[in-house]
Amino acid sequence: MVKLMGDMRTGYGETLVELGAINKNVVVVGADTTQSLKTNLFGIKYPERFFNVGIAESNVVSIAAGLALSGKLPFASTYAAFIPGKCVDQIRNAIAYGNVNVKIVVSHGGLSVGPDGGSHQQLEDLAITRTIPNMHVIVPADETATRKLVYLITEMHGPVYMRLARPKTPQIYEKNDTDLKIGRSRTVRDGSDATVIACGLMVTEAIEASNILKENGISCRVIDMFTLKPIDKDTIVKTARETGVIVTVEEHSIYGGLGSAVAEVLVEQYPISMRRIGVKDTFGESGEQNELMAKHGLEANNIARTIQELVKEKKR
Amino acid sequence: MISLESQELIRLTEISKNTRKLILETVTEAGSGHPGGSLSAVEILVTLYFYKMKHDPKNPSWKDRDRFILSKGHASPLMFSILAQTGYFPIEELKTYRKINSRLQGHSDYRTPGVEYSGGSLGVGLSIAVGMALAAKLDNKSYRMYALLGDGELQEGQVWEAALTAAKYKLDNLTAIIDRNGIQQDGLTEQVMPLEPLAAKWKAFNWNVLQIDGYNFEQIINSLENAENTINRPTVIIAHTTKGKGVSFMEWSPEWHGKAPKKESLEKIIKEELGL
Repeated sequence: MVKLMGDMRTGYGETLVELGAINKNVVVVGADTTQSLKTNLFGIKYPERFFNVGIAESNVVSIAAGLALSGKLPFASTYAAFIPGKCVDQIRNAIAYGNVNVKIVVSHGGLSVGPDGGSHQQLEDLAITRTIPNMHVIVPADETATRKLVYLITEMHGPVYMRLARPKTPQIYEKNDTDLKIGRSRTVRDGSDATVIACGLMVTEAIEASNILKENGISCRVIDMFTLKPIDKDTIVKTARETGVIVTVEEHSIYGGLGSAVAEVLVEQYPISMRRIGVKDTFGESGEQNELMAKHGLEANNIARTIQELVKEKKR
Repeated sequence: MISLESQELIRLTEISKNTRKLILETVTEAGSGHPGGSLSAVEILVTLYFYKMKHDPKNPSWKDRDRFILSKGHASPLMFSILAQTGYFPIEELKTYRKINSRLQGHSDYRTPGVEYSGGSLGVGLSIAVGMALAAKLDNKSYRMYALLGDGELQEGQVWEAALTAAKYKLDNLTAIIDRNGIQQDGLTEQVMPLEPLAAKWKAFNWNVLQIDGYNFEQIINSLENAENTINRPTVIIAHTTKGKGVSFMEWSPEWHGKAPKKESLEKIIKEELGL
């Protein structure tokens, strides 16, 4: 079956243009990556509300804070390697500390950046942003989710970190699917023997793993945990109770991201057998996306294998 | 050029003297804080809040107010003493400075009425003011942005990112004021990390650059007027000041950057140094 592909960055850029028409206070601050991020689409339509302040990420997020403090609704964007990479202080003190209404939307999260190599493969951003008070952390799984979630973050007050991926991605959600809420997860495959909780590109791999497992007689649920913070505790506890086995998958360090967030809930509320699949405390490197994913076990076969092991243990 | 009537000069001088007293009392009561960099910029803030800026202590979020950004957030004793005197909160509340559950935090902070920005981390405030200035231009508003920066703070690279940006967008509604007292925590700025030639740097960044005596009210006012009348360029006022100004043993002393006087010596200091 040919998968319908989407592009998160196009979804982001086009949604900004739509928002620009609806809300005159929407402004965009960029850092010389505006063509790549597709925020230039907004810049073409609304040049007076578009500020490309150059290769100066600390300045980008701080100017966004100033704009927000004067009533604007700023989106600050570049690659995840540099925001939050180069400006954690400004995100913490100038934005989150005062609960300032800045929406940080970055692209090029994770290993899927590919050939650009380890310096550009951001694997710690979710851990960093998740620990900052007031911050919301969101990782859409496809273009449709990106479009919907960009809308949703404008409807809430407070700082947001949203991480997009560089490559084109298979569409998980139907184009007119709008059943996404910030702070809630979404079950994209039902199942009763085990659960995979994933975010971003890994949701596709998790679905693929679920298909593999089905052939092997294991019914595996897949949850798209697109909001890492505030995390959907109810669903995590519910699926733990119902399926008894949880594996998390993320294109991020196993420290501090989705796996940690899920573990934090389970260990206090419903301890069960769990594994985290992610990058094991190391940096990335140059390579093609599929090669990198295979090397770090971020692919369907490894997810399926891990689930099989846990299900076997559960039955013992 | 404005020359102040003597009555006005006396008024601003009296407020400044009282501000110094409040700074010393506040820091002493707290047992910690930053008197040196607070005392150094008293006349600048007194001029802004009691003479120049449009603001309303009864309505801190008034949309058309001028915005003041204290980038050197450690000068919170100064900021809070000024805000208390103008009526944003009771002067009594200064006694809660740096204490648990207080609205008056160790560094200037959003939770205090009248504070626009939490400036604890240095080098960021000018970017905040740039963002506000861009917003004002978008809204066709005439209110102005004032940012007070420490001189040591200019060692932060982000200040120069903001300087580039303000020039690019011709932010003539933005005035940066540098408290050029020459001293930072570890010693002289020119020893720790030289800033000179400072005016030439700002000129090279396409700013309108003014240099004044930071204790001469006429010069402060005239430089602010000059900034207001300058079109298409942001203005930086390099205010030559003295760290610890007004308390002889604190003047030019890095030691008093972040140290409180002892309670038993406070009365003597206020009497002998300020004549109050």
